[in-house]
Amino acid sequence: MTFDAGRIRADFPLLRRCINDRPLRYLDSANTSQKPQVVIDAMSRYYETTNANVHRGSYQLAVEATDALEGARATVARFIGAAGPHEVVFTKNATEALNLVANSWGRANLGPGDAVVLSEMEHHANIVPWHMLVAERGIELRWIPIDEGGQLDLSDLDRLLDGAKLVAVTAMSNVLGTITPITELSAAAHRAGAAVLVDASQLVPHCGIDVGAIGADLVAFTGHKMLGPMGIGVLWGRAEALEAMPPFLGGGEMILDVSKEGFTTNELPWKFEAGTPPVAEAVGLGAAVDYLEAIGMEQIRAHEVSLTAYALRTLTDRLGDVEIHGPTEPAARGGVLSFALRDVHPHDVAQVLDQDNVCVRAGHHCAKPLMRVLGVPATSRASLYLYNDETDVDALTEGLVGALELFAL
Amino acid sequence: MPGLEDLYREIILDHYRNPRNRGELPSPPARRAEGFNPLCGDEIVVYVDVADDTIADVKIGGQGCSISQSSASMMSAAILGKPVAEAREIIRAFKAMMSIHEHELDGDEVEPEPAPPPDVALGDLEALRGVVKFPVRIKCATLGWNTLEQAIDETA
Repeated sequence: MTFDAGRIRADFPLLRRCINDRPLRYLDSANTSQKPQVVIDAMSRYYETTNANVHRGSYQLAVEATDALEGARATVARFIGAAGPHEVVFTKNATEALNLVANSWGRANLGPGDAVVLSEMEHHANIVPWHMLVAERGIELRWIPIDEGGQLDLSDLDRLLDGAKLVAVTAMSNVLGTITPITELSAAAHRAGAAVLVDASQLVPHCGIDVGAIGADLVAFTGHKMLGPMGIGVLWGRAEALEAMPPFLGGGEMILDVSKEGFTTNELPWKFEAGTPPVAEAVGLGAAVDYLEAIGMEQIRAHEVSLTAYALRTLTDRLGDVEIHGPTEPAARGGVLSFALRDVHPHDVAQVLDQDNVCVRAGHHCAKPLMRVLGVPATSRASLYLYNDETDVDALTEGLVGALELFAL
Repeated sequence: MPGLEDLYREIILDHYRNPRNRGELPSPPARRAEGFNPLCGDEIVVYVDVADDTIADVKIGGQGCSISQSSASMMSAAILGKPVAEAREIIRAFKAMMSIHEHELDGDEVEPEPAPPPDVALGDLEALRGVVKFPVRIKCATLGWNTLEQAIDETA
């Protein structure tokens, strides 16, 4: 079956919404994605028919709720190529997954002078938890630079990795769209004796991931950017890595036994899941994975590469001196287009586009160190997903032409 | 829905393209304050030279969107050469123009102002009145003004 963005769009009730009698042009999926009806229905059905607390009740309903949660975990595990559901820890979002690693693995393994290697294109979620350990533990942060093409500059990698304990990098930049060579980086880090944590929040929704193949130890991503609900994220870890990590949050569910003298931790993955989990959100994420798999990640990726190529071509042709940050080759990047429109400020760009219901993000995209490297205070960012098509890109282009006319800069 | 012409009045675009009193003053003796809008990264630096209780000179630095930059530019033109007390009245009048609407937008009853807004002619600054129809931009318009207040309150 050929890929048909129009047919896919019909699965998303929100995208049928009109504002001021005109259709929405949703170009902010790198921020959060819209949800197909099957995800919304799965969550409603869970609350209508199955809701009970999990891993505690002996009655039929509680067993079904537990099955719903663990079924979603198995679905996610299969989708990312995990060795099993025990390697999939549910978190609130990718930020919590990264903080879990910094707090658990970091506190157990990092001391004064130990180096953590990040890249200049990290999201704040993969920077600030490490800054906090700099303050608390006196660790050292090292930064893999980016080159002019928006790729990681690995020319000095050996020196950066020398003596490093951890490499924590994004798999796809949320600003530049750059797809980083995480398999190569993982191998180099392991040769140098460093563990590897990957922030795959932008990659998984658009390309999927095979956690076994990339060779990382830990991978974080979030549900809401991949058609699932807000409030559920994933930390995948190689079983040995997770086993060696102390628990993060303490409470119910994460224990085997508690006495006045202390506690023993539960098995994986529940060791890291203190308290009542977001079951409906897990069910929604499972439904999102089923939906993505039914369409096919390769088909989705091919559609986005083609649409990104169209967008790069159209914006450049129509807007002359628009500067689009990041790789110019569509196959080397995701459909995340950060750009500068001459001297029209990104906030003004977004304001003008909003008049035509074109939804883009303006600002620093939670990547202020990268903004400083790029030498810009902010960018406008349009991001594409499976439900976008050329008409969305055309609406963006027309809006930008209008912005240039209005500001006459 | 308010149209873009409510927001981007010609005089606003003029101040954005040709900002007045742009630059720096040696500090000290000038008083200096920085303001940030963490949401969008806009930043304003205000330098004021106060002599004999009068704004003897003012310069604006920083970068940001058309609303934050033009508002700061118009502000500098409005207060330059004015007694500090009068500058404070202008600040209060401008913030009243912005914040009364902010309360209304919260959907609650309008809170009584602690004091009635001063009877000050805002002149060109009236062009920014349209900003209140775009609630997320109010913080852009008031950034320079809050920063100016900080600068004036700095002990020289």
